[in-house]
Amino acid sequence: MRLPPGFRTTAARLSALYTLLFGVCAIFLVVYMTGLSWRMLASQTRETINEEVVGLANAYQRGGLPLLVRVIERRAGQPSANLYLITDPNGRILSGNVQALEPGVLDTEGWTDQPFTYQRYGDTSQTEYSQDARAGTPTRHAAMALVLRLPNRMIVLVGRDLGEPERFRLVVRNALIGALGIMAAGGLLIWFFVGRRALKHIDRVSEASRRIMGGDLNGRLPVSGAGDEFDRLSENLNTMLARIAELNEGLRQVSANIAHDLKTPLTRLRNRAEAALGERDDPQKYREALEQTIAESDQLIRTFNAILMISRLEAGYSAEPAGLVDLSELVRGVVELYEPVAEEMGVALEVDIAPALELYGNRELIAQAASNIVDNAIKYSAAGDAPKVTVSLERKNGKAILRVSDNGPGIPDEHDRGRATERFVRLEQSRSQPGSGLGLSLAKAVMKFHAGRLDLEPLDPGLSVVMSFPDKDTK
Amino acid sequence: MSILPAEFREIAYDRRMKILVIEDDREAADYLQKALSEAGHTVHLAGDGDTGFALADNGDYDVMVVDRMLPRRDGLSVIAGLRAHGDTTPVLILSALGEVDDRVTGLRAGGDDYLTKPYAFTELLARIEVLCRRANSKDVETVYKVGDLELDRLSHTVRRASREIVLQPREFKLLEYLMRHAGQVVTRTMLLENVWDYHFDPQTNVIDVHVSRLRSKIEKGFDSPILHTIRGAGYMLRAT
Repeated sequence: MRLPPGFRTTAARLSALYTLLFGVCAIFLVVYMTGLSWRMLASQTRETINEEVVGLANAYQRGGLPLLVRVIERRAGQPSANLYLITDPNGRILSGNVQALEPGVLDTEGWTDQPFTYQRYGDTSQTEYSQDARAGTPTRHAAMALVLRLPNRMIVLVGRDLGEPERFRLVVRNALIGALGIMAAGGLLIWFFVGRRALKHIDRVSEASRRIMGGDLNGRLPVSGAGDEFDRLSENLNTMLARIAELNEGLRQVSANIAHDLKTPLTRLRNRAEAALGERDDPQKYREALEQTIAESDQLIRTFNAILMISRLEAGYSAEPAGLVDLSELVRGVVELYEPVAEEMGVALEVDIAPALELYGNRELIAQAASNIVDNAIKYSAAGDAPKVTVSLERKNGKAILRVSDNGPGIPDEHDRGRATERFVRLEQSRSQPGSGLGLSLAKAVMKFHAGRLDLEPLDPGLSVVMSFPDKDTK
Repeated sequence: MSILPAEFREIAYDRRMKILVIEDDREAADYLQKALSEAGHTVHLAGDGDTGFALADNGDYDVMVVDRMLPRRDGLSVIAGLRAHGDTTPVLILSALGEVDDRVTGLRAGGDDYLTKPYAFTELLARIEVLCRRANSKDVETVYKVGDLELDRLSHTVRRASREIVLQPREFKLLEYLMRHAGQVVTRTMLLENVWDYHFDPQTNVIDVHVSRLRSKIEKGFDSPILHTIRGAGYMLRAT
């Protein structure tokens, strides 16, 4: 079964729950309060009866039975809620203001355990106690009493009409029920307005999100300006939408760049393949052309792998195995790997590595980043006079700093230096060098992944690439 | 038309291998079968994990090439299942994923080597040759000999025609690896992985420079070449 929309809201459900709880509490309260007041009045009634009995006992002791009967007669004649009755040993009424009793009341001595009904003499005085009194018709009333048996087996009953306490109990109950009713009505009214308001607000939010899902990515959720929870929620969601839009734009730009930059090698690849077809007659040249085609596609695959790796690192993909890496050892290894290349290209390689620098990270990634940097430094300095590359590793301010400096042309322009680490950016002077243009971007992504940073600093002449890793204890 | 480079075809393999290829890409599998058969090996194909497992469990293969992503049962589970049956046949895992951690999980599952698609066929062939020979490994030998070249793994000395050759530690490791796989083609990536323990691509041809340095040390002043370059593939140490 489905409830109408107004009852399907959280506000309605909460209100229903509260109403239920409130109802249970209210019922308990009414029962408890009326019960309490009833008990209070009953004990008061008993006290009054006890006092009367003490008075009658005094009279009996002083004057015996005749005085007792006289006193009872006198007291019964006075208008009050008290009841008096004396019977002979056979149960016949001798005196008192009670005309008739519920049968069985006089059979047991002591307090009556239940209120009983009775009829009074001379009904004129009773009308004020009776709720449905009709003139001339004797009515029955509820009362409680103490029944005593005299030594001569005569019975004395002293009681009190319960009309007054009963009425009081009813007044208390009615007042309580009335008050609770007003409270419940107020609660329902408040729920109706609060619930409806919340409902309308949420409807507006879902309407806006439907529009955004429908393609209006610049749409935002409404903010009423009241600064309440709904506004805070909308503001947070709007911030999230803005961030998504920003990422989306970044992605769009990157894909456009990738498409643009892959077009060049793909065109080259196509041309090579076409040229190979033209060399059909010369097996040697044919083969060379095909080999070049394969080399070209290998380079493309390499580029793709680098792009994939960069995006994975930038996404913070953390499944790469990490462990304690001896950075000193790693840098020594990379330098040793490139040492023959440097020698062959006539580049002097100077090394200054502080021992036993360790950090938590991925050895492969750091080695790849470091080798990209060293590779670049050797490549770009090789053309100059007395080319020299310096690799140094030191601990400074709680950070491990790897610095690779060369005395090549460097990147004198500050704007260019800033762009050099972007994907596919190949500055003018590097166009002649082979490479994907991703080496520095990859190194930067690796550094970011390790919570470190990569900076380019100008030298005169040359360039210094500074990779700073956070200390292993600070990470 | 032949797939193998001419230099490869000239290599006389002293042993024909029985190879199981579990690969669901029909075209790639056919290409592998054609190329491996051309190299003189017997090739069986399986198109999914279940068939592959059944074949491997019953057949007596020298080496297996297993794709990671397979229908019905994935490659790693096939390998793990075989290993659980006590099958120690060397396995080369092929993967289109190819990040560092994928390689680690692949090897942990019981694979012996890992190759990322797309790969050069020469690379795959060189790797399975090496894998297959690992069964009759030279790990226990303390002295490697190829022609008149001799390497003593205990005393760390290298001699050629009784003349001692002084090598740097890395050059020694490089020669040791080449000699252990003498007569087999060893690719640049295999050298980078096994001698340097790097699994990335160092853009520049650093390995070539190291090899040519080593070559000048073991060939200069001697009559015959011993460290050969195999075009389109890598290197091979072989007495002529």
